[in-house]
Amino acid sequence: MLEAIGVPSIEALFDRQIPEAVRLRRPLDLPAGRPEQDVFAHLRELAAKNVSAEDELSFLGAGMYDHYVPALIDMLMERSEFLTPYTPYQPEISQGGLQVMFEYQTAISELTALPAANASVYEGPSAVAAAGYLAKLHNGGKRFVVSAGMHPHSIETLRTHAHGYGMEVVEVPLRDGVTDLDAWTRAIDGDCSAAIFAQPNFYGAVEDAAALSAAAKSSSSALNGAGEGLNGAAGADTVKGGGGGTVKAPVVIAQVDPITLGILAPPGECGVDVAVGEGQPLGNRLDFGGPSFGFFAAREEYLRRMPGRIAGETKDVDGRRGFVLTLQTREQHIRREKATSNICTAQALNALAGVVYLTWLGRRGIVELGELLLARTHYAREMLSALAGVETLHSQPVIREFAVRIDADVAAVKRRCAAEGVNPGVDLHAITGREEDRGGLLVAITEQRSRADIDRLTEVLGAAVAAEREMVTA
Amino acid sequence: MSAIDENHLHDDMKSRPPIEGRAPGHVTAADTPAGGSSAGLGATPLQRERVTTIFEKGAAGRRAFMCPELDVPQVDAELLPERLRRKQPPRLPEVSEPEIVRHYVGLSKRNFDLDSGFYPLGSCTMKHNPRLHERVAALAGHARLHPLQDPAKAQGALELMWNLQGALAEISGLPHVSLQPSAGSHGELAGVLLTRAYHEARGEHRHKVLTPDTSHGTNPATVTMAGLEVVKVATNPDGGVDLDDLRAKADSDVACLMLTNPNTLGLFDQNIQEIAEIVHGVGATLYYDGANLNAVMGLSRPGDMGFDIVHFNLHKSFTQPHGGGGPGSGPIAVSDRIAPFLPRPLVVQGDDGAFDLCHDSPASSKSIGRLRGFQGNYGCFVRSYAYICSLGGDGLKDASETAVLNANYLLARLKERGVGEYLPLAYGELCLHEFVLSGGPMKRALKIKTLDLAKRLLDFGFHPPTVYFPLLVEEALMIEPTETETKETLDAFADAIAQILKEAETDGPEVAQNAPYTTPVRRLDEVAAAKHPVIRQALA
Repeated sequence: MLEAIGVPSIEALFDRQIPEAVRLRRPLDLPAGRPEQDVFAHLRELAAKNVSAEDELSFLGAGMYDHYVPALIDMLMERSEFLTPYTPYQPEISQGGLQVMFEYQTAISELTALPAANASVYEGPSAVAAAGYLAKLHNGGKRFVVSAGMHPHSIETLRTHAHGYGMEVVEVPLRDGVTDLDAWTRAIDGDCSAAIFAQPNFYGAVEDAAALSAAAKSSSSALNGAGEGLNGAAGADTVKGGGGGTVKAPVVIAQVDPITLGILAPPGECGVDVAVGEGQPLGNRLDFGGPSFGFFAAREEYLRRMPGRIAGETKDVDGRRGFVLTLQTREQHIRREKATSNICTAQALNALAGVVYLTWLGRRGIVELGELLLARTHYAREMLSALAGVETLHSQPVIREFAVRIDADVAAVKRRCAAEGVNPGVDLHAITGREEDRGGLLVAITEQRSRADIDRLTEVLGAAVAAEREMVTA
Repeated sequence: MSAIDENHLHDDMKSRPPIEGRAPGHVTAADTPAGGSSAGLGATPLQRERVTTIFEKGAAGRRAFMCPELDVPQVDAELLPERLRRKQPPRLPEVSEPEIVRHYVGLSKRNFDLDSGFYPLGSCTMKHNPRLHERVAALAGHARLHPLQDPAKAQGALELMWNLQGALAEISGLPHVSLQPSAGSHGELAGVLLTRAYHEARGEHRHKVLTPDTSHGTNPATVTMAGLEVVKVATNPDGGVDLDDLRAKADSDVACLMLTNPNTLGLFDQNIQEIAEIVHGVGATLYYDGANLNAVMGLSRPGDMGFDIVHFNLHKSFTQPHGGGGPGSGPIAVSDRIAPFLPRPLVVQGDDGAFDLCHDSPASSKSIGRLRGFQGNYGCFVRSYAYICSLGGDGLKDASETAVLNANYLLARLKERGVGEYLPLAYGELCLHEFVLSGGPMKRALKIKTLDLAKRLLDFGFHPPTVYFPLLVEEALMIEPTETETKETLDAFADAIAQILKEAETDGPEVAQNAPYTTPVRRLDEVAAAKHPVIRQALA
């Protein structure tokens, strides 16, 4: 091969091309390579140092959940034909992946009741930031109004991104566990680019999404001096501003938990303009936080401002049905600095798992699963709040997660539970840092946690709380 | 048709030539139906398949999922008030498990993939994805580990991240690493936000970012998202940054220069030290787009070249399978002066050797904050860490050396097959891990465009190179063979290109212009797709 190239050595290829001053003239300071079986043993050893959802009775949630992943998803995700191709730049030999995207978009569209879905973004919180950027491009407003019921990671991620493109983020507090509607209405004015809330919210409470959307639309229009027949839930209407200019109403964005959408009114029917969320509950593993996928769905008018890949149906020269990446003039490889987003590689394989999971659940299954989660979560909330020293943080409806307040140190209670092989949930204060969350515990119930598991949690948590309170009084 | 027959035909489509019994690269014009139509009897079995989506399959009441039993008391309807409830169930498919499996396995057969054939997509580094990585990533201790598990109970995961950070720091020559960004473009955004934060902390508000005209599209798009302005820098006749233009544009408003080195032409910038001096001289930072890191692992380090910030694409150089468009992972490594601004949380190690996550927020530190939820795409970290363990320091260097050898060999082989006349190398004589050919002479002499050549390659069982990028090369073809391809594969690919050109010489341009013929579908109407977008299935 060297002879064909016409150089004496591989070394010469580098000598002729890389200036000596920036050559690395020593070996990389890394361990030597090892045979496959040794690497397997090492990675297994690291895995064994972790306590996974297989090793304890876990009620951890707060954004990612230990739902059951059906076996057929493993099989399909490991198929070479889905696992190893690049983004489908050559549609003639990528029909499988493109059709999966089309089906995925259809499923997300149907789930959210919003007509335009893309083929995936990275994950939940950055999807919120991406939706914020869409709002900025759409109306040029100056600030985002966000409910304090958003996941703290979503708010932080939005702040990081918003600082870049020069937007302010204003938080609206909760009242009785849900977004304070009065404060929400007051915070939204003509400068508001997007009004953002979570459904259900971070504390597990189901928000009145329709009321929040309507309030966002009408409060901005009132301030613009044009309440002329604006229907709050009718989409992002253009409002005539009092000063003669045209001010666009804020884009209403909801971060939605997709697993609840079998039983919960979908965002598209609640006046929401853009629905985004974390796709992990849909057939993706926990994986210590990723990879999963973010979904992104919007009303038709936002289609040409959407980030990321979108698959579309078309025909080939012989009239056969086929699929391509479409509306690419939004994207970075064509539009460069004028693109609607910089996203390139997204989460195609994880989105495949998502659509296969939704197909596996099916039209009836997603409703049955939702009802099961609802019933078990209420049962768990009743059982736990009946314990001495434990009370519910709010009494709003919940679906698969709820918050309680413990009259004892949460970290200490968690340690006592851990000794019994139970992980009772997420320490709220540890993740939000909010003073009012001290003593808070967020408990997630998936279909993998049976009544017997919930009873066991009740017993262990009750004993742990009692023991901690005794220690304090003693 | 039995499953066995389908599999057999499927294999034929992908790894062998379209006509049974011939070796790759031995297709002749006779195999391409006159007039370019394959709708009739000439159609392949996959072409004759009627395409239906999963939403068009199944029947009312059919199902795969069996819900666990309701073992708690029925919920009082009041607990979820009617007005908050969904009125109609989402119209998801109603199909059985066998139908799901057959549908998606069927779709998989309509995909070309790296495991089936050569994938020389420039700047994408389509190297082999070892299967060990899937096995270790699937271990329950990794796969079912909750991201909010108490760090004391996630020591293995944090140790893995710590070790991976250390390895990436050593490979890049930049000591501080955050694994958080989800992909290359996300890493770029992190890098530009870090640069902004760095300047802001010094009381400076610089608003320009310089990018060469050869840069990846994600660079300028990122700059805009970070609220800064793109200023293009010209390329010199050797394919590197035009120093005069750089000097003219480097002023105190410049926050950063984003550079890929080797660049998208596969060339290492000879003036890299001078570039670094100019950029640092005006107080700006130097950002390294790590998309092309596969050329220089163990041979040259961005940190030593003077870069302040680098992002890695774990799905390129470090074998995370690309998944048909992700997942990826885009860690960043930075110099000391940028380190205080890194995203949170950070993995830290205590004096007792235990690992923890440091969460201090933008309010309590200089950090730019979070870029996403949790700690990043950990599943990708597992795979890339396994790769680094397998290869070791020497192995990584060997990988880069072989990648560069393969690229230069393929370039030489193409010249030898007489391809150079129609497809000359755009810049230079040698290359690093990839090279860019210009299809301009081919278009003028043979009347076939780069697009036609790419589509004809599909009939030969190859994935085409990256086409029409970088933008400054006419009819560009960007070829990156990677280190995991054999000489035989490279020879066969060169033969195929030579044969396509020959075919155009002898049989005219129509053969390529109407290609492909043997793929599941032929050229698709992208204009109609964009004009009247149909992006979801109409549901009954």
